[in-house]
Amino acid sequence: MGALTRLASLAVLIGAWQLAALEAGSRLLPAPMAVLRFIVQEAERGDLGHNVGMTLLRVAISFTVAMSLGVVLGVALGRSKAADLSLDTPLLVLLNTPALVITVLAYVWVGLTETAAILAVVLNKLPNVAVIVREGARNLDPGLDEMARAYRLDRRSWARDILIPQLQPYMVTAARSGLSLAWKIVLVVELLGRPDGVGFAINYYFVQSTDVAAIIGYSLVFMAVMIGIDVLLLQRLEAYVRRWR
Amino acid sequence: MSVAGAEPVLQVAIASKWYRPRGAEPVEAVRDLAFAVAAGEIVCLIGPSGAGKTTTLRILLGLDPAFEGRVSGAEQAGMVFQEPRLLPWRSVEHNVRLGLPRERRGRDLDGLFARLGLTAWRNSYPKALSLGMQRRVALARALADGPRVLVLDEPFVSLDDAAAAELRGLVVDTVDQAGMSVLMVTHNVAEAIGVADRLLLVSRRPATLIADVPLDRPRRERDRAWAETTRATLAARHPDIIAL
Repeated sequence: MGALTRLASLAVLIGAWQLAALEAGSRLLPAPMAVLRFIVQEAERGDLGHNVGMTLLRVAISFTVAMSLGVVLGVALGRSKAADLSLDTPLLVLLNTPALVITVLAYVWVGLTETAAILAVVLNKLPNVAVIVREGARNLDPGLDEMARAYRLDRRSWARDILIPQLQPYMVTAARSGLSLAWKIVLVVELLGRPDGVGFAINYYFVQSTDVAAIIGYSLVFMAVMIGIDVLLLQRLEAYVRRWR
Repeated sequence: MSVAGAEPVLQVAIASKWYRPRGAEPVEAVRDLAFAVAAGEIVCLIGPSGAGKTTTLRILLGLDPAFEGRVSGAEQAGMVFQEPRLLPWRSVEHNVRLGLPRERRGRDLDGLFARLGLTAWRNSYPKALSLGMQRRVALARALADGPRVLVLDEPFVSLDDAAAAELRGLVVDTVDQAGMSVLMVTHNVAEAIGVADRLLLVSRRPATLIADVPLDRPRRERDRAWAETTRATLAARHPDIIAL
C-alpha cells in the first residue's frame, strides 16, 4: 500500500512534468525522455561516472572527517563547561557563516586545491555535527555514570558500553542530516574551484549552452545516489542502533 | 550471624555532610553517623524517607567525596542501586560481566546465572524483563566478582509481595552460602526484621544513629509472632522512626 502510493505520486509527478514540457515546447524545459537520453549519452562518454565518482569521493572524505572531529568536539562541549563556554561563540559564528563565504575564503587562503575544497566542506558541516552531539553528551544518564564509578569501570569499557550507545542516536541524526548537507555544499565547492565533479559539470552546461537537460540529468543521478546511500546504509544503521528498544 | 571480634568489612564514620545548593539554604544531610559491618553480617539501615540513607551509601561507595569523616571497605563491595541501572542496549549477560574488572570479564558465570534463575535470559535485553527480573540482573552484576559485602539500596521496593519475597530469599541464601556481609538500606521495617542480624535506626535530617539493635534469633526460627513483638517493642521505643 505504502509502496503503491509512492509509485502513484511519482507517476503523477513525471506525468505533470511531461505535460508541462509539451506545453512549453522549449529546450529550457526538456521532457523526461530528453533528460534520460542525456544521462545515457553522458554515461556512455564516461563523463557521468567520472564526475559523480569525484563528487562522491569528496563527500565521503569530508563527511568522515567532519563526523569524527564533530563527535569528539561535541562530547567535549557537552561534558566540559569550560570547553562549552570558550567554544560556543566561535561555533555560533561558524554556524551562521554562509557556506559560500567559507568556501571562497578557503580557496583564497589555501589555494584552488583539493585540500581547500575538503576543508571548506568540513568547516561547513562540523559545527552542525558538534551541536547535535553536544545535545547527546548533555543528556547522558547520571545514574549510569554513577553505576560505572561504583563498579570502577575502566575507561575503555565506559566509552564503549556507556558513552557511545547513548550518543548513537544523535550520531545517526547528525550523519543523516549531515550527508545531505555535505553533498549540497560539495556541489558549490566544485562549482567555484574544481575541474571535475557534479558541481563543475552543472556549471559547465549552464555557462556553455544553458543545457537544462544536462543540469536536471546530473542532479537526478546524484540525488538518486545519495537517497540510495541513505536508504541502504544510514537507515539500516539507524535500525541497528535502535534494535534494543 | 555476626562474628564477634572479627575485622569489620565496612566501616563508616561520617562527621558531617552538607548539601549546598546554589541559591538555596545549605542542608545538613548527615551528622555523626558511625557504624561497622562485620564479616557475614546482615545489617539494615532504617530511617524515614529523605533521611539521608542514600546519601550515606553514596559516600560509603566513594561516589560523593565532599564530606567530613572516614569510610573504608568500598573496594570490596558489590552495589545494587534502587533502580536497576542496567544498560538497556546490552544483553543481560554483558550487563552482568560489566561487574567484573576487564581482566576477569571472560570468567565462567554459568553457576551465578543458574543460581539466580537467569540462564534463559542471558541473551535478552533488559527491557524484555520485568522489574523483579531486572533487579536480579543487577544483583548478579553485584555478585559477579565475589564481593565481601553486598550493598543494597531499597532493593525490593515497588515489587509485588511474591516477587519481593522471592528476591529476598535469593539474597539471604546467597550471602549465607558465601559468608558475605550485607548492608541494606530500607524503610520497610517488617522486611528488615525478617532478614537482618542488626538494625541501625537513623533519625530524620541530619541523619544520625539513634539505635543499634541486634536481632539474635536465627533467621529460620523467626515467625510472625516474634516479628510482631519485635516490631511493637521497637515502635514503643522509637515512635518517630517506626510506626505501629
